[in-house]
Amino acid sequence: MSAEGSMKSDLTVYVVILALAGVQIFMAYHSPGVLRMLIVAAIQAILAVMYFMHLRDEKSTLRLALIPATLFVLVMMNMVWADSYRLIHMKPFPK
Amino acid sequence: MSEANLTLEHGAGVMEERPFAIPSKKLVMWLFIISDACTFGATLFAYGYVRNAAPDWPHHFETASIINVAIMTFVLVTSSLTMLIGTRAAKAGDKSRALRFTFITVALGLVFAGLHLREWASMIGAGVNLFQNPWGAPLFGASFFGVTGLHLLHVVSGAIALTVVGLGYKRGRYNGDDIEIWSLYWHFVDLVWMFVVPMVYLLNVAQ
Repeated sequence: MSAEGSMKSDLTVYVVILALAGVQIFMAYHSPGVLRMLIVAAIQAILAVMYFMHLRDEKSTLRLALIPATLFVLVMMNMVWADSYRLIHMKPFPK
Repeated sequence: MSEANLTLEHGAGVMEERPFAIPSKKLVMWLFIISDACTFGATLFAYGYVRNAAPDWPHHFETASIINVAIMTFVLVTSSLTMLIGTRAAKAGDKSRALRFTFITVALGLVFAGLHLREWASMIGAGVNLFQNPWGAPLFGASFFGVTGLHLLHVVSGAIALTVVGLGYKRGRYNGDDIEIWSLYWHFVDLVWMFVVPMVYLLNVAQ
């Protein structure tokens, strides 16, 4: 890709990320929801990793080494929710 | 040329190629970034846990706070763009442009830190601290300062690291690869902010 083309794609991603930040602020006042907000944040993050950090230009072996391991750890962290819902309803620990 | 580079160059014919086709120090930065992503993930999950389990979690962020956060987001994302321009210039061998944009990035990082500290000061002035807050759940302060403090620490560390690498690049101690590697860290700090904003601020807007 030429330097001009690269600059154009950088600027496009920059504008899209800022626009998505604006969408999040709009959502905060009109339709707040954890899942919706996190989906928008995830889109921003994917754009940043692929275009700003240039992971899309690296070898696929690097992507395969980094992404599944990180996602696995983050997905496993979701096991905390059951306990936090138990707390809010003041339920005792199961016997 | 460093001793390590000399060794690699001399051994190029007999050594295996790098499995990921990137310099070792860039791989190390990627490994640091994924471990740091897990650290931030754990912090945000802990924040979500406490928020979910507290029935009186405060929704107190007024429009002025949200405008401040929007400006902070604009500054940080713009700093990522200036870092990109600096990195491209460094890779192309344009030293003065690379340095100019690297130090613009550092300046934007410091503006971000200043805006953040101003917000912290207003919250501390309103009575929020690590152990209590006047609006409800006592753990709000610890969670808020914990998450945003960890991020702010990364911004300040990144600004210091970029300054050191930029000055080293100017003196010829570091090269374009080093600028690129530290730009990865800076973009990561930007990326984390994209999750901090909705979790900490936008889901707690005063309606």
